[in-house]
Amino acid sequence: MFEIIKAEMLTDNIYKLVVNAPNVAHACQPGQFLIVRTDEYSERIALTICDYDREAQTVTIVLQAIGASTMKMLSLKEGDRFADVAGPLGQPSEFVHEDIDELKKKKYLFVAGGVGTAPVYPQIKWLKERGIDFDVIVGTKSRDTLILEKEMEAVAGDHLYITTDDGSYKRHGMVTSVIEDLVKNEGRHYDVCVAIGPMIMMKFVVKLTKELDLPTIVSMNPIMVDGTGMCGACRLMVDGQVKFACVDGPEFDGFKVDFDGAMKRMALYKTEEGRKLLELQEGDTHKGNCGGEK
Amino acid sequence: MGEFDVKVRVPVREQEPEVRAKNFDEVCLGYNKEEAMQEASRCLNCKKPFCVEGCPVSINIPGFIEKVKDGDFEAASRIIAESSSLPAVCGRVCPQESQCEGVCVRGRMGDPVSIGKLERFTADWARENNIKPRVNAERKNKKVAVVGSGPSGLTCAGDLAKAGYDVTIYEALHKAGGVLVYGIPEFRLPKEKVVEPEIENVKALGVKINTDYIIGKSKTVDELIEDEGFDAVFIGSGAGLPMFMGIPGEQALGVYSANEFLTRNNLMKAYLDNYDTPINCGKKTVVVGGGNVAMDAARTALRLGSEVHIVYRRSEKELPARAEEVHHAKEEGIQFDLLTNPKEILSDENGNVTGIRVIRMELGEPDESGRRKPVEVAGSEYEIECDTVIMALGTSPNPLISSTTKGLEVNKRKCIVVEEETGATSREGVYAGGDAVTGAATVILAMGAGKTAAKSIDEYLSGK
Repeated sequence: MFEIIKAEMLTDNIYKLVVNAPNVAHACQPGQFLIVRTDEYSERIALTICDYDREAQTVTIVLQAIGASTMKMLSLKEGDRFADVAGPLGQPSEFVHEDIDELKKKKYLFVAGGVGTAPVYPQIKWLKERGIDFDVIVGTKSRDTLILEKEMEAVAGDHLYITTDDGSYKRHGMVTSVIEDLVKNEGRHYDVCVAIGPMIMMKFVVKLTKELDLPTIVSMNPIMVDGTGMCGACRLMVDGQVKFACVDGPEFDGFKVDFDGAMKRMALYKTEEGRKLLELQEGDTHKGNCGGEK
Repeated sequence: MGEFDVKVRVPVREQEPEVRAKNFDEVCLGYNKEEAMQEASRCLNCKKPFCVEGCPVSINIPGFIEKVKDGDFEAASRIIAESSSLPAVCGRVCPQESQCEGVCVRGRMGDPVSIGKLERFTADWARENNIKPRVNAERKNKKVAVVGSGPSGLTCAGDLAKAGYDVTIYEALHKAGGVLVYGIPEFRLPKEKVVEPEIENVKALGVKINTDYIIGKSKTVDELIEDEGFDAVFIGSGAGLPMFMGIPGEQALGVYSANEFLTRNNLMKAYLDNYDTPINCGKKTVVVGGGNVAMDAARTALRLGSEVHIVYRRSEKELPARAEEVHHAKEEGIQFDLLTNPKEILSDENGNVTGIRVIRMELGEPDESGRRKPVEVAGSEYEIECDTVIMALGTSPNPLISSTTKGLEVNKRKCIVVEEETGATSREGVYAGGDAVTGAATVILAMGAGKTAAKSIDEYLSGK
């Protein structure tokens, strides 16, 4: 189990893997995630599910190397195996449970930022298969960091709007300027917005959609350890209440999420992860310990 | 060994406090043969053994101790194995003082017999001498699924396998053992030496364990019955999400739940350099709570190099932790700020914890738990400087199973409702036990529940 069937570098540090994981592929739905552990020494890493094939018993994951454990994943090749793949975890996207006829009356706006494009893909695919309308905005730094363009285009067709921060490809500017353009200039109406990407992006999308009175769902990706509702590391404040992204989420009402608090918590292991990464790249020269000394 | 006083228990060897405070090796070193036989000779072999009644899994305590006294350790281990699948674990983590040893007749005039240490000795001896449990029963052509591989699940699975059933355990994490691997630290319960071999013994009974398999998500309980053809299901999914106090500052960096702190360290082995999982534990740590989990978190932080304070709102007498853990924690230099309760966690402009503001408490009238209710002493607030806060306040049950199983009744605390004598839930053929039913409790109570359920499942399936 957990063999890597296909591996593809999408950018310098974004990797796409198709993995044999029958227990996940059997049950997963758009919006859910899984937990991967590369080997005995690795962390449990929560990754969103980008695609799944129930018959082939595979799931597709897209990951960006940011710390020691995800760097390690970049060295995996086709035929290698993960130590563990567990899931699906978290709640499926809300629309999965909605009445199809009701859904058909709605129009969705998806806003994907960077590697957040990956979890948006199975959502639009699901809606497309059921004939539900949507537009998709994909924002990224530049042409070099754009991922899954062909796949997104195949599903969204001319409902896809790509924008780059530096203007090196398609539209120039942030995703928020595209939302404004579509809603204010072109007068389009949406019933629901789904924004998935870096927290800072989601925060600004929500700021805008609040003004536009457009209900917005965001997908939170805080630090997790077990991912099954046990450790509480992924807690965040939603509407003044403690919620756990792994069992209550990962998708929440964006209007109610405390982004500033969540962003602060993301910084928790920045230095620690950075240290591990340096260790991995430069060898065992970056020791340090709790309490400052050993 | 010096002069032997029959009123006093044979002392057990331990690592010196100042040595063990800096390592993760086991604190207690256990008895050797001579010590065990001597301690066993203190047992009065009572006609009416209160100790057996005090044991949640009803081990024939005088029976096995008699064999230890005679030096027949294999026979002793077989007697324990009739009732318990995890004796090396129980010998280490049971709160014996409030169970078997608490009612030992010897205890009326001196120390009770050191039953826990004798159980541990016997189980360790059996493991070291490769004594394997036996399956005698005829195979029955029936399948039982067990959800969770913690103490209740392992016990239930072991008993059912011994009775001849085809048993499969489903475990959500990557390693079997539940709280025995993610929660209880190495220095109290060694993983490779003690937990893994006991799990191997359960497997040797024919039990299959599927890790990375999340019931409620990968498959539901209904699918186990309808698609996978299980004749009965036992749910031992354990305690769930950690509780927080709801005071300001709990989202600050450096505030952990005890579950997270312990999982990082125990399951993910953050204390070992060759594992990737990070753990940030600063120079001074405050642990909030007074149970076993609080002691475990405190003593782990201490071993990671931190100065540690335990903040608990009642007095020492009410500490819910095992007496031995409190004693060990004190010996190791952990400071107890009793009758003290947090009001707010303080942090700097980057959100890092800088301290905790607490208030002194005094004990008032008894509350519904029978313990005297702590009340705030007006105007007694003060600050404790620290950079890490660990909340060890208990847990609320995991919703993964109850929210995905049709017709499974839960109470207002979201614990699964069972019939106490049988472990039967509101769903026919579905049984439950352990923390998923009781909320956070002890290893041995979970094992007792697993045992009860195994017996009921056997009766249920025999009548089918």
